Amino acid sequence: MAEFNVTINGEKRNLNVDPDTPLLWVLRDNLKLVGTKYGCGIAQCGACTVHFNGSAVRSCQVPISAVKDNEITTIEGLSEEGDHPVQQAWLEHDVPQCGYCQAGQIMAATALLKNNPSPSDEEIEDVMNGNICRCGTYTRIKAAIKTASNSQIV
Amino acid sequence: MSKVKTGMGRRSFIKNVSLAGGGLIIGFNWLACKRAAEEGGKEMALEMPDEWFEMNGYLKIGDNGVVTIYSPNPEIGQNVKTSMPMLVAEELDVDWKNVIVEQAPLNTDVFTRQLAGGSQSIRQGWEPLRMAGATARKMLLTAAASEWDVSVSELSVENGIISHTDSDRSLGFGEIAKAAAQVEVPEEVELKDNSDFKIIGTSRKNVDAKGMITGKPLYGIDVHRDDMLIAMIVQPPAFGMEFKSMDAARAKEMSGIIDVFTIDTYPEDMEREWSDVAAFSKLVVVVGESTWQVMQAKKALKVEWDLNPKLTKQIQILEKSAGLAEGGGLENSDIHYSLMAQLGSDNSETVRKDGDPEAAFSNAARVIERSYTCPFLAHNCMEPMNFFANVTNDKAELLGPIQTPEYAEKSVNKRLGLDLENIDIQMTRMGGGFGRRLYGNFLVEAAVISQKMGVPIKLVYTREDDMTNGVYRPAYHVTYRAALDGNNNLTAFHVNAGGMTESPLFADRFPAGAVDNYLAESWTIESNISTGAFRAPRSNFIAGAEQSFLDELAEEMGQDPIQFRLDMLKRAQNDPVGENNDYDAARYAGVLEVVRDKAGWNNGSSTSSRGVAAYYCHNSYVAQILDMNLIDNEPVIDKVTCAVDCGIVVNPDAAKNMVEGGTIDGIGHALYSELTFKDGVTQQNNFDSYRLIRHREAPKKIDVHFIENGLDPTGLGEPPSPPVQGALANALYKATGKRIYKQPFYPEISTESREIKT
Ligand code: FES
Ligand code: FES
Repeated sequence: MAEFNVTINGEKRNLNVDPDTPLLWVLRDNLKLVGTKYGCGIAQCGACTVHFNGSAVRSCQVPISAVKDNEITTIEGLSEEGDHPVQQAWLEHDVPQCGYCQAGQIMAATALLKNNPSPSDEEIEDVMNGNICRCGTYTRIKAAIKTASNSQIV
Repeated sequence: MSKVKTGMGRRSFIKNVSLAGGGLIIGFNWLACKRAAEEGGKEMALEMPDEWFEMNGYLKIGDNGVVTIYSPNPEIGQNVKTSMPMLVAEELDVDWKNVIVEQAPLNTDVFTRQLAGGSQSIRQGWEPLRMAGATARKMLLTAAASEWDVSVSELSVENGIISHTDSDRSLGFGEIAKAAAQVEVPEEVELKDNSDFKIIGTSRKNVDAKGMITGKPLYGIDVHRDDMLIAMIVQPPAFGMEFKSMDAARAKEMSGIIDVFTIDTYPEDMEREWSDVAAFSKLVVVVGESTWQVMQAKKALKVEWDLNPKLTKQIQILEKSAGLAEGGGLENSDIHYSLMAQLGSDNSETVRKDGDPEAAFSNAARVIERSYTCPFLAHNCMEPMNFFANVTNDKAELLGPIQTPEYAEKSVNKRLGLDLENIDIQMTRMGGGFGRRLYGNFLVEAAVISQKMGVPIKLVYTREDDMTNGVYRPAYHVTYRAALDGNNNLTAFHVNAGGMTESPLFADRFPAGAVDNYLAESWTIESNISTGAFRAPRSNFIAGAEQSFLDELAEEMGQDPIQFRLDMLKRAQNDPVGENNDYDAARYAGVLEVVRDKAGWNNGSSTSSRGVAAYYCHNSYVAQILDMNLIDNEPVIDKVTCAVDCGIVVNPDAAKNMVEGGTIDGIGHALYSELTFKDGVTQQNNFDSYRLIRHREAPKKIDVHFIENGLDPTGLGEPPSPPVQGALANALYKATGKRIYKQPFYPEISTESREIKT
């Protein structure tokens, strides 16, 4: 066990956990930020995607000791009221089925659009390929990303 | 208008009052605070009433006119939590904007069939849910009529406002709800004509959408209590093995670990429900303070496992096969396939016979015979199995994802010896079901662990636990034979189907009824591997096989594959063979005609490789045409055109989402997924080795066309996924020149390595 001071969604948090604990489990178990989901634990499904200094990372692969003073944003911190353009596009297309993968999909999509505001279909597929949706909402995800991309306020 | 008996009494009313007070334990009802306005994505605060009035078990009305509708059935992503309340709201005549939806707990006094399975929720809820709305509406009208001293027939209702035109008076539901709640429950109510629907048939957004996209704790795995511990299981490494002994000393000393012990989920003397299926009954359990700590302790455990002698003996037929007897019942996939191909059909029994198929085959000018097979599949719900349990001396509180709460309650009753009324089961939204959560072994495990520990626990499976401790889609095998006479007419059809551990045969399904001489045979082979329902059970294999065979048959006969099917369906419609045919040939032909026309099948303009298939299952009809190309040897699916007949479409955009998802799911499993075994050990245990379809592989476009026929609605959770597998196989044949007989298809067409690209 060791003490860590981290900043999650702009809020300073003090923790006492095993240094190896993945950020995913710190978020879920210690900080009760359960929007970040566990799907595989081995960087294969993307359900646990969060932003690490603005880039999409798999939080199941980031030990808490590596967070240091880097900025972490989770789905809960993406916007105040779910009004990020990507979230709005998700609502407009009514994307989710079971919904379990969607926080990870949204975090991957927002990071994509930040780097590349108008991605091509292929670029969307390439970046989003790491996020599995077992329910098969892929066509809607792509449509929602395009809507958000066109909204030009990402 | 149709009159229906309500069958609702005071009982359902009184019973539910306590439910309303308690609310859901998960505690977060985002919609209770606020909901997105339908237009413009703007948010609109929905004021909460000061007081609620229970109308019946399905709904309550607030003094400000806000209505809470309880959605009875488990939500696994099929969107019943939105579409079922829509049925209630329709007959209530409330403005959908003023509706809050809450998941109802298990309550067998009020609700019937609280189960997610067989695509039946909408079909079987169609009448009771509308009746619940109509009953409350009638009570509101009765109360308003007596308040104004006029007759009910002079009143009209719209969007939650009751009006009396003659006297120019009106009032909202909220104003009269208190009086209405005292009105005698009517014995009979009238339901609307389809033409009067205002909500049914219009697209309404998923009621949980906002919660899902903002990361609210909606799922079982998100449940938290301050005094709760985390539990995980350790199971035998192979099917056919069992627990022998363990050394938990080191694990117990690890930080955060509270206890390590074994449980027997289903002791031998326990009478099991059908849903009590478990790969392994005896498990090692690790309980600790946090998920990660428990995961580490699992790895530090030293457990010894043994061959399970009983399992070895049970499998009579497997002993005949070389290599298995010595293995002590540890099974291998290559042996499965050869067993199914060779031994299975030796043991078949005739399920249906029309005419004289033997004679037709011996007189045939030509016989075409093809065999198809598929592997076991894991359900792989994105949310791994989990459940929260708080069991005390006299009560069990269970909260989490379960498709069969009613059966789970009975299992807990038998296993823990608690009375049914002291077992409270509440359902969370589920991160997928696909049939896996019909089998509530994880719920019973959680209950047993909590009882043993005497504290609330949340049982969580790792992905590896989930994938290797499944209730899998069985491995299947089918052989089709068709007899053709000298004029290339189809004179007999023979299907021989079986699997480990059930047969995929539907003997009375098309082409039964369309061929004079027909023989359907079935067989099963036992296995130590636990199997069960997987989205569209049995159809999830046999639809693709049958539709591939019909395609090949049409080609052999020199006919267009769609016209060939339509001609057969015409025969089944006009002059059906046999009496038990389970499909409506006209509706079947209807979806084929629509998909043919919408995809421009006959205008020959497509440059892609195209395949077609049509299938009937779970009371709905689906036909699909799939367009694809091989690019650098990789299948690229440009478009899938779907025609769907599920009667009235309750929530069109959500229904379209279901068809899109089912189509992608069907393609993904047929093309990429398999679970194989070596000495009883699953060769895949996470998504690095088990391949699921990903973004890049999904169709670029899915067009969905619903048949409008005004018939009572049927379900959509399952029907779109089986036929597309046939359409895919047929398109792959066009693209590669090779017929494919084995799932998954991808390794059959690809020379590339099988590595998963992410
Ligand atoms: S849980 Fe991290 S990628 Fe799957
Ligand atoms: S919506 Fe269910 S896994 Fe994506």
